Amino acid sequence: MTSLDTRLRDLRTRRKALVPYFIGGLTEDWTTYVSASILAGADVIEVGVPFSDPMMDGPVIQAGALRALGNAATLESICHELSAASFEVPIVVMTYYNVLHHFGLERSAELLAQSGVAGVIVPDLAIEELTPWRDVATAADVSSVLMVAPSSPDERVRRIGELSQGFVYAAARMAVTGQAADVGDASRVVGAVRAACDTPAYVGIGITTAEHAREAATIGDGVIVGSALVQRILDGASAQELEGAISTFRRALDQASSEA
Amino acid sequence: MSAVMGPPDAGGHFGTFGGRFVPEALMPACLELDAAFRDAWGDPDFVAEYHRTLREFGGRPTPVTYLGRLSERLGISVYAKREDLAHTGSHKINNVVGQALLTRRMGKTRVIAETGAGQHGVATATAAARLGLACTVYMGEVDTVRQALNVFRMELLGATVVPVTSGSRTLKDAVNEALREWVTCVADTHYCIGSVMGPHPFPWMVREFQSVIGVEAANQLREFGVTTPDFVVACVGGGSNAAGVFAGFADSSAQLIGVEAAGGSAVGLGMPGVLHGMRSLLLQDDHGQIEEAYSISAGLDYPGIGPEHAHLADLGRARYVAVGDDVVIEALQVLSQLEGIIPALETAHAVAWLLRAAGDEIPARSTVLLNLSGRGDKDVAQVRSILRGES
Repeated sequence: MTSLDTRLRDLRTRRKALVPYFIGGLTEDWTTYVSASILAGADVIEVGVPFSDPMMDGPVIQAGALRALGNAATLESICHELSAASFEVPIVVMTYYNVLHHFGLERSAELLAQSGVAGVIVPDLAIEELTPWRDVATAADVSSVLMVAPSSPDERVRRIGELSQGFVYAAARMAVTGQAADVGDASRVVGAVRAACDTPAYVGIGITTAEHAREAATIGDGVIVGSALVQRILDGASAQELEGAISTFRRALDQASSEA
Repeated sequence: MSAVMGPPDAGGHFGTFGGRFVPEALMPACLELDAAFRDAWGDPDFVAEYHRTLREFGGRPTPVTYLGRLSERLGISVYAKREDLAHTGSHKINNVVGQALLTRRMGKTRVIAETGAGQHGVATATAAARLGLACTVYMGEVDTVRQALNVFRMELLGATVVPVTSGSRTLKDAVNEALREWVTCVADTHYCIGSVMGPHPFPWMVREFQSVIGVEAANQLREFGVTTPDFVVACVGGGSNAAGVFAGFADSSAQLIGVEAAGGSAVGLGMPGVLHGMRSLLLQDDHGQIEEAYSISAGLDYPGIGPEHAHLADLGRARYVAVGDDVVIEALQVLSQLEGIIPALETAHAVAWLLRAAGDEIPARSTVLLNLSGRGDKDVAQVRSILRGES
């Protein structure tokens, strides 16, 4: 068990996990948005480390990543800021494999661990190529959070379930990150994860409204909200305004818990 | 089967390069494609249909031409494999015919493709029309302007062209967008990738479909009394024409030379990295961000190279050299005026290296096979404006 495994299994006994996504370095004061979201009830923070060619991201996060790169955000600068902020909730970094590959796998794992990062999502790293990274990350107590897609056959879901640490990222639809009209295939994907393993399943990809979040939380153990929040920040929302948005998502999740 | 350019390992690795670095959503499709390609390529009926289509529709076999006046000028013997005479004007047709037939065999009804200059997009639209497949081509917005006529060609062929506005709005972004789109439609759509790049099985499969170039050329050279050329020379962007011609000579004593654009020299300037589903050599900055390639020819404007080329470079079996934009136009003029062949700007890079290396790196009286990968019709407007000093 990794530390993230332990913390998220404990969290599951208490409430549905709300996981907002922020892009590291999007604005100079991006960590204040993180602090505000924690005040508003975020349980885990996903931090995007920008990459020039984000294959799994739609237009909103692409635009945010480009802006962050323009602000000279790097793996090191973002880790430095995370380290300084020392957030009390678990931090899970989302980045593409080349960023880690270029910095060095062991060096990346050490830097992330020292910065208080509990887990990493690498969307272009499927289980076939996972081992070198997962081994060095696990040694540093940095979890590898893996995705299950609607297209994943049961046998793959079983193997992903065995390897994913902390939680399983249940992709609600066959799409890249973005905003959508419903929760898609969340029910079927989470069902497949539940049948395969006991790891908490968090629903993401296309979760846009509080109603989506409530519905997704009745299905899974947590909800990841990315593009819908990044769009607000790109549109100039203040940390206080974001705190309000997160509170709305929080209430939706708590409502789902009380319905369950 | 070639010993040096054999199949990759089960995970699609050529040495330390290649592999499959794609989102989980696309992994089942990559696995399905791997199985489907292995099955098809081992099926004599499929292979026969592939060769029949290339013969009846694609203009194969393309000839080998002895370039007498160029040879006399350079003091070496140059033979050209005439992929410029293939349907749609380049070697691209070999790959798209194979992938389009495979698409149909897998029961899929639509293809998507990326394109830079538009050659692969036109070829894909052509094969799709021939086989009755729907076709959407992703093309960087910058390239849709630079190559407006090719956009129109694709539309004439019934394809939809989607301008890509993300990132640098060129080829690498068109690949990103095609991959993103593929996630949403993978059940009925095949991604017809244009070079020996991307996740396994693409680099291997595209090389196999292109190896017809090298196999034909080796036989045709024997008719000229050439058992083994001293050099086999091809331009390299992603590297599909080079991989195709190298495949016919990898086990021989021929020196294999890949000619990159100086501004897109992944072997010369790149470092190992992961992009577009593969581990290969990539142009990148100090933080692993992918850098843009710059070349006079849109077809070589790619910041990476196919993983098998990275491996051949590692092994020392092939050597990769670079030529700058400045010598490419002159090479295009030399080949046009000495041999009556206007090459594509991509191909002109290989010609430029011959002009530079003959009598030096290429000893006098050497025998050289030049892969004449494409014709220059698409480039004449650009060349005219350069020669008139307009750009």
